Amino acid sequence: MPKKQIKRSFKQTKWFKAMVMGMWQDHPTFCMVLGICSMLAITNRLDNALAMGIGVTFCTAFSSFFVSLFRDTIPSRVRMLAYMVIISTFVITVDRILKAYFPPISDAMGPYVGLIITNCILMGRAEAYAIKNGPWLSFLDGIGYGAGYTFMLILMALIREPIGFGTILGYRIMPGAWNNWVIMTIAPGAFFLLGVYLWIFRTIANKTE
Amino acid sequence: MNPLTILIASIFTHNIALVYILGMCPFIVISRNYKTAMGMGVAIIFVVTLTAAINWPIYWKLLVPMHSEILSFLIFIIVIAATVQLLEMIIEKFFPPLQSSFGIFLPLITVNCIVLAVCLFMVLRDYSFIQTLCYAFGTSCGWALAIILMAAIKEKLLLTADIPQGLRGPGITMIITGLMALAFMGFAGIITLQ
Repeated sequence: MPKKQIKRSFKQTKWFKAMVMGMWQDHPTFCMVLGICSMLAITNRLDNALAMGIGVTFCTAFSSFFVSLFRDTIPSRVRMLAYMVIISTFVITVDRILKAYFPPISDAMGPYVGLIITNCILMGRAEAYAIKNGPWLSFLDGIGYGAGYTFMLILMALIREPIGFGTILGYRIMPGAWNNWVIMTIAPGAFFLLGVYLWIFRTIANKTE
Repeated sequence: MNPLTILIASIFTHNIALVYILGMCPFIVISRNYKTAMGMGVAIIFVVTLTAAINWPIYWKLLVPMHSEILSFLIFIIVIAATVQLLEMIIEKFFPPLQSSFGIFLPLITVNCIVLAVCLFMVLRDYSFIQTLCYAFGTSCGWALAIILMAAIKEKLLLTADIPQGLRGPGITMIITGLMALAFMGFAGIITLQ
């Protein structure tokens, strides 16, 4: 089989589709505006954004996997509670890992690590995908959505950190005469930046349709 | 710290929606209509105060003596989900007239970040029981205030403004919220809270 055809047939598989869906077509931030609470609060530094992104990806992937594994035994009336218990188990894991190995990041993020539990993306994926599909597909789906979310976090932090602190990952990149825009490090800057991003991406999406 | 100070600070200078950026998903989705925003705000005030009052004794009287603070996330979220479920049933059974104006928002509250956030902040800042009650009430009032203001602005906006296609919906909401956050920064001088 020629190489191109293999590539194309790989793209047709549901595995690939499950993974890519969340990265572009059905992006959690731009299409559904989910999970932005922690996103806006955390992205004033790139290292926090990376930690948050990895944490959310880990939690989404594993909680989807386990929800899907138990999907036949969870009674539908109490499924929300079941999701919550599964999700918070993994969030506790992330919190402990951060506390043990990256104490400065854990301090900077404070309660926002615990608030991954109420991040709508995790709940949304469990309800919309994992409860209906197999464990491995749900796992990939979770990774895809987590990656889409991480990408957005990085995009926000890449603008907010240089403008607000003059640094990236703690290294100074702005010239010495640069005055830090304090507004970018606090809430209003985050709202404005996300508003502008939504504007840009929605305009592009409207054009391509 | 004086509980009254905490109450005022958590409504204005440390508004949970506009300074800590929490509870944003319902903030964007539900703020289309003034009446709905009002209903959601009242439901939030009630649930947040109630769950904080339940979670405080559970954390300090049960989890801390047993050295199992690691389970706090799990316990908090279960208590919140159970309280909301219980409230829903009580309203359905005993107060059917409230159901249409108040009950429909309850299931949404479980996934609202601020209910959990209040519980986490109260632990992080070592509040006493009275302080926790004031903090929870003030925080939820602050959130309700923000969403009601937002809904009022958006209703007006729909009638008068000509917004670019791509900015409609969540985009313009973010920009307005940013402006509101800037306005709330004006309160910063009143009280400083750790």
